[in-house]
Amino acid sequence: MSDNAFDFNEKPDIAWCPGCGDFSIRNSLLGALKDLGLSQEKLVMVSGIGQAAKMPQYVNSSFFNGLHGRALPAATAIKAVAPDLAVVVEGGDGDIYGEGGNHFLHACRRNPDIALFVHDNMVYGLTKGQAAPTTRRGMKTPVQVFGVVADPINPMALAIAMNVGFVARSLSSDIVGTKELMKRAIAHKGLAIVDIFQPCVSFNKLNTLQWFKGNTYPLGPDYDARNRAAAFAKALEETPFPLGVLYESDERESFEESISVYREDKVPLRERIRDPRALAAAIAEKR
Amino acid sequence: MKETSYAFSGDLSIVLSGEAGQGIQTIESMLTSFAKKSSYGVFATKEYMSRVRGGCNSTEILLSRNRVGSRVDRIDVLVALTPGAIPHLRRRITDRTLVLGEKETVVFDGLVDMPFSSIARDVGGSIFSNTVAVGAICALVKLDSDLCEASTRAIFASKGDEIRDKNVLALDKGYELGLSLASKVSIDIGRPEADPEDIMLTGAEAVSFGALAGGCNYVCAYPMSPGTTVLTTMAEHSKKFDLLVEQVEDEIGVANMAIGAWYAGARALVTTSGGGFALMSEAMSLSGMIETPFVAHIAQRPGPATGLPTRTEQGDLDLAIHSGHGDFLKIVLAPGDLSEGYELGKAAFDLADRFQSPVLLLTDQYYVDSYYTTAAFNVDPKPLAPRVVTGGPGYRRYALGSPDGISPRALPGISEGLVCVDSDEHDEGGHITEDPEVRKAMVEKRLAKIDAAKRAAIPPRLYGGEGGGYSHLLLGWGSVKGPVLAALAVLGRKDIAFLHFPWVYPLPAGVSAYLERARSIFAIEGNATGQLAALVEAETGHRIDGRILKYDGFQFSTEELAERIKAALPKGGAV
Repeated sequence: MSDNAFDFNEKPDIAWCPGCGDFSIRNSLLGALKDLGLSQEKLVMVSGIGQAAKMPQYVNSSFFNGLHGRALPAATAIKAVAPDLAVVVEGGDGDIYGEGGNHFLHACRRNPDIALFVHDNMVYGLTKGQAAPTTRRGMKTPVQVFGVVADPINPMALAIAMNVGFVARSLSSDIVGTKELMKRAIAHKGLAIVDIFQPCVSFNKLNTLQWFKGNTYPLGPDYDARNRAAAFAKALEETPFPLGVLYESDERESFEESISVYREDKVPLRERIRDPRALAAAIAEKR
Repeated sequence: MKETSYAFSGDLSIVLSGEAGQGIQTIESMLTSFAKKSSYGVFATKEYMSRVRGGCNSTEILLSRNRVGSRVDRIDVLVALTPGAIPHLRRRITDRTLVLGEKETVVFDGLVDMPFSSIARDVGGSIFSNTVAVGAICALVKLDSDLCEASTRAIFASKGDEIRDKNVLALDKGYELGLSLASKVSIDIGRPEADPEDIMLTGAEAVSFGALAGGCNYVCAYPMSPGTTVLTTMAEHSKKFDLLVEQVEDEIGVANMAIGAWYAGARALVTTSGGGFALMSEAMSLSGMIETPFVAHIAQRPGPATGLPTRTEQGDLDLAIHSGHGDFLKIVLAPGDLSEGYELGKAAFDLADRFQSPVLLLTDQYYVDSYYTTAAFNVDPKPLAPRVVTGGPGYRRYALGSPDGISPRALPGISEGLVCVDSDEHDEGGHITEDPEVRKAMVEKRLAKIDAAKRAAIPPRLYGGEGGGYSHLLLGWGSVKGPVLAALAVLGRKDIAFLHFPWVYPLPAGVSAYLERARSIFAIEGNATGQLAALVEAETGHRIDGRILKYDGFQFSTEELAERIKAALPKGGAV
């Protein structure tokens, strides 16, 4: 019997490959949810498609496992309709930055109070080894047989450019460090992004756990995550990539705080009952 | 210049034509509002080019003693504000058309000079010339001058005293100008007898009010003509009705956002046109798979691709019916008039909720942009109750066992029952499965909803041929309803009946009974292939004898349709 309400009493049949970084990320997530003391029924996990997007299957909560790339628009609506719920979006680099790239940009603009955890293994897993938007230039795959020619997306720089209020990166093998970042992301008011480097043991033979360990470093205590311009410069650093909170700000209103339906009335939209007389009056104005 | 006199009696067709941005909308809205207040039946429809300035657009206003529901080709009075109006409308101008305009601007043999601008300049500036024109037309059609003046005062009340007074003066000067034509022009529409309780609104407004009656509280869309008018209507009413209105980055985001909103307990509407809806196809499938409601309004315009962005067509029935991969229920509704827009707008929400499936409301540019007088909608004093349950411990979102395939739908975060939905094939609890037995049971559960929906379908409505007494049956859906009814009134043949489908898909049971009684069957549609005809043939096995189709970007006019029905049908005879 698990002492964590978000875990299952019976071990779920998990579809990830043995040794996959996703297992560690799940441990971090379950720990974060427990530590925060969230009530089980007040969490909705939202995801698209991919190995990472299967995470909601392995968390004992309500979930919306929708279409590839489309988790963010659905999650934005769920949070807007029921702001009393905690909404966590989980997906892979292809799901969030590739197929869902446009939604990612616009979620940054809207700033819904959602925590977004992106499993970044620099390769496609579920479709068996093609290039991801974060794949390093030159990597050969069964499709990019001469090597990847496009530059990778830099999600951290992108998010800081879009003024996202919590932008962080971690490595999946650091279960406690990742958990702590997840807790801060969920607690943050507004969109919070944690890009989690993880090895893909089946399809990425270049960016292994050893590679990630050798090409990352933790941000030190003297790093000022509140300076946006410095954070942007920091986000441009590659090999080694900085890990930790790159940027943090609580300046922006969240989407739910900004939209007109909640300006005067904080009752969740879904709990409101409309008086039909308002409609009758609007129709009568057409006389 | 030839001297002519003009006499009109009965329904009067007035066409205003000008460039985009020239203000024909101002004239139109004042004139129709004054006519409505005078208890005339009013029908107005516009056609416009896909440009913001310039070009040539026109608005047709039909004034009648009572309600009227279709446009005509005939132009009785043309108000030409631009030289382009004459060539733009040349096919519809006859020697019986009274053409009004400024002789400095409009070249036309027989033009009746109306110095709108010079009168406006005397009043205080050319900006008042539209109000001068309104005054002149009001005098010609004999609207009460006091009523026009008071209404003008009210319209400009918020613009400050000077603007208001100058507009009233412009109206009066225009009215005098109209009266000065009395010896030359006589117009007798007849004594107005429309119900003062009638309302006058656009198709976009009718659908929006219907959606609100259905409990809509969330609207998301990406702007696309002609679907945008529903978005702007809802935005305009958003404060009054506590509506969350969001413009989304693309139509894929729109549809997924709407489904997320329904999942969490909102009642969401999306509005678009065919091209935008094509992008929502995968989300249609998601709605079908996770059994989460989805309501889309599709205002059709001619395709393929960008097509004619501001024109009308009924070309997207096939797209709607076949949207989304896999087998699942989708319901397609298509209002034929304003009251059906309200009725079906409301029904769409309840049906989506009841069947936990996508419901599509198909209209078109002609439908959403036209407005006319109609009986006031009946608002139920009780709000429509959402069909959701409170899930207890052990709640399973896709519980099997109901003969209609419908499992009680709970909302996340209301109780301890978890609500798990998955676009993968799933078990009763919503978790991914590849078990062939579960797969089979879930497919059959989803299919059972199709049969249940057919049983709940709104049957097609028969016009004419009471008691089954008809030889020829016309079939139609959506906005052709008004033109067909008007054309049948012109033809006056008792042997023709019209079967109109407000609920198009899945085709309601019992259609064959109507077809069997007919000697010949013709489909009337605003598309190039007869998409309803093909559906009826496929579903019933009955042959449709002919198709009367229109795909030039315009709606049928009463006269054109009457001619085409007459030409297509065998000669009338005993029933």
